[in-house]
Amino acid sequence: MTFDMPNFVPAMPEIFVLGMVCLILILDLFLSDRSRVVTYLLSQATLVGAFLLSFGLYSGEQVLTFSDSFILDPMASVLKMVVYAAVFMVLLYSRDYLRQRGMFRGEYFVLALCGVLGMMVMISAHSMLTLYMGLELLSLSMYAMVALQRDSAVAAEAAMKYFILGAMASAMLLYGMSMIYGVTGTLDLSEVSNSVAGQERQLILIFGLVFLMVGVAFKLGAVPFHMWVPDVYHGSPTAVTIYISTAPKLAAFAMLMRLLVDGLGSLHAQWHDILVLLSVLSLAIGNIVAIAQTNIKRMLAYSGISHIGFLLLGVLTGAQEGYAAAMFYAIVYVIMGLGGFGMVILMSRAGFEADQLDDYKGLNQRSPWFALMMMFLMFSMAGVPPFLGFWAKLSVLQAVVDANMVWLAAVAVIFSVIGAFYYLRIVKLLYFDKPVIDEPFKPSFDLAAIFSANALAVILIGLAPSSLMTICKQTLGL
Amino acid sequence: MSFEQILFYLFSTILVLGATAVVTVRNPVHAAMFLVLCFVTTSALWLLLEAEFLAITLVLVYVGAVMVLFLFVVMMLDINIARMRDGFARYLPVGIVVAGVAIGTIVMAIWQTNFGHSDPVARGADYSNTRELGEQLYTTYVYPFELASVVLLVAIVAAIALTLRSRAGTRYQKIEEQVVVKKADRLRIVQVEAEERK
Repeated sequence: MTFDMPNFVPAMPEIFVLGMVCLILILDLFLSDRSRVVTYLLSQATLVGAFLLSFGLYSGEQVLTFSDSFILDPMASVLKMVVYAAVFMVLLYSRDYLRQRGMFRGEYFVLALCGVLGMMVMISAHSMLTLYMGLELLSLSMYAMVALQRDSAVAAEAAMKYFILGAMASAMLLYGMSMIYGVTGTLDLSEVSNSVAGQERQLILIFGLVFLMVGVAFKLGAVPFHMWVPDVYHGSPTAVTIYISTAPKLAAFAMLMRLLVDGLGSLHAQWHDILVLLSVLSLAIGNIVAIAQTNIKRMLAYSGISHIGFLLLGVLTGAQEGYAAAMFYAIVYVIMGLGGFGMVILMSRAGFEADQLDDYKGLNQRSPWFALMMMFLMFSMAGVPPFLGFWAKLSVLQAVVDANMVWLAAVAVIFSVIGAFYYLRIVKLLYFDKPVIDEPFKPSFDLAAIFSANALAVILIGLAPSSLMTICKQTLGL
Repeated sequence: MSFEQILFYLFSTILVLGATAVVTVRNPVHAAMFLVLCFVTTSALWLLLEAEFLAITLVLVYVGAVMVLFLFVVMMLDINIARMRDGFARYLPVGIVVAGVAIGTIVMAIWQTNFGHSDPVARGADYSNTRELGEQLYTTYVYPFELASVVLLVAIVAAIALTLRSRAGTRYQKIEEQVVVKKADRLRIVQVEAEERK
C-alpha cells in the first residue's frame, strides 16, 4: 500500500491551536496563582495567531486534504475567523468575572481553546466522521466548562442535564450518519452527495436524515430540542454561558450547511419541511416563553432560541441568497449574544450575580453611558432599524419571500413583534424605574471598553451593513 | 440455513434479549452483568464478520476494563431503586406510545429496503484484519484518529479539573518519603522477657 503525505498547509491553524493548547497545559503547571495571567495572555495570543494564519490562508479556492476529510473553502475561513474573534471577546469579558470567583485557572482557558479546536474541525469537516469528532471535542469541552464551578448546585445540575441530553443527541446523530453510510457506502460528503442524487432507496435516506436533523437541532437549540438551553445557560457561570451561547452556534451553522447542503442537497424537499417546522416552533416558543422570564439569563436563552428559528429560515430556502442571509444572521447573533451576556458580566461583581431583571432597574441614574449601550443592544436584538439586528432579520425575510414563502415571512414578523416586548421591557427598566441598588457603578477599564466597543459595533456596522453582507455573499460564491 | 446463519441468529437473539434485560431488571448489578453479556455476543458477531481485532478489543477493553469500573461504581453508590422507579407508572403510557411509534417507523423504513450491497467476501486464513485496520487507521483516517487522541486529552483535563481539589485536611501519599523509608524507620524490634506460665 502506498501512502502520500497529506498536505498539512490548509490545516495550519488547527495544528497551531493544538500545539499551543499542549504548551499552555504544561506551562500552566509551573505558574503560581499570581502569575496566572500568563495563561490568559497566551490563550489570547493563540487566538490572534490562529486568526492571522486563517487570514493568510484565505483564498477563493476549495482545498481538500487528509484523504478528503478536511476542506478549506472561503466559508470555512470566514467562519473560523469569526470564531476566533468571538472567543477572544469571551475571554476578555470573563477575566474579571473568573478572578472574582476563584475560577481564574488554567483549565478554563485550555478547555475553551480545545472547544475552539472542535469548532474549527467542524467548520472544516468534509466527512461525516471528522464532523462527528469535532462535535464531540467541542461538546466534551463545554460539558466540563459548565461543571467547573464545583461548589454550585445549579451548575452541577446544568452540567448533568447538558451531558446526558448531549450524549443522547450525539447518539441520534451517529445513528442517522450510520444509515446514510449504509446506503451510500461512503463518509465523504461530496461522494455522499453524488450517491444520494441518483439513489432509489429514498426511504432509508429520509430515515437517516430525520435522525441527523434531531442531532443538529439539539446542538443548535431549536424547538422541540431546546429543553436544555435555558437550564444550561442559567446554571453555568456567566463566563461559561457567554462562551457556549455564541461561538458554538457558528460551528452548528457550519454543521448544518455541510450535512444538509453539501451532503444531502438533493433531499432539499424533505429537509425543507423539517426545517419549516423547527423554525416556526422555535420562533413561537422562544419569543412567547421569554416574556414570562424574570431571570435575564433565561430570557436571553429563549431569545437565542428564537434567533435560531430565524437562522433556520434562511437555510430552508435552499438558495445561495438564503444561505448567505443565514450566515449573516449567525454572525450578527454572535455579536449580539456577546453583548447580551456581556451585559450580565458587566453588572455582576464579586459575590453578586446580576441575573435578575430587577437588578437593571434605573441604571440610567447610576451610569447613563452604559444604559445607552444596553439600549443599543436591546434595540438590535428586537430588530429596530438601523441597528444590526434589523438588517439580519431583513435579509433573512427577503430570502424567504424570494423563495415564495410569504406566509412564513409573515409568521416570522409577527413573532418578532411579540418578541420586541421583552427587549423593550429591559429598556423600560433601565430608564423609567427607580434603582434598587444605590452603589456607584464602576466596572474595570477593560470590561467597560470591550462592552462599549461591542455595543457600538451593533450600531456602527448597522449603519453600513453591506460590507459584512458582501463578505457573507462572497464566501458562498454570490 | 448455513451454520454461520444459525450462529448469527443465535447470537443476535441473545444480544437483543440481553439488551432488553439491561433496562428492565431491577438490580443495577444484574443490569451491568447483562451489559457484559451484550458485549460478549456483539464480539461474537464481529468474529463472524472476520473482524477479529475489534472482537478481541471489545472484550478486553469493555468487558475487561470499562465494565469492571462500572461495577465498582454501581456497588459503591447507594442507589435507591424504589425512588428511581417513582413516576414509572405515570410515564409508562407515554413511553409505550413514543417507543411504539418509533419502532414502527424504523421497522417500516428498514423492512422494505436492503442497503443494496453485495455479500461481504469471505477471506482466507492468511488474511489479517488487524493489519488492514492498522493501514487504514494510520493513512486514510489519520486525521480523525489524531482528533480522537485530542478528545481523550480533553477528557483527561476535564476529569482532573473536576475531581482534583486541595481541601484543608486532605490526606495524600508522599511518594518520595515512602520510597526512601528503611526498615529501621518503621520496625522496632523489642526483646520481650519470657515469662513463666502460671
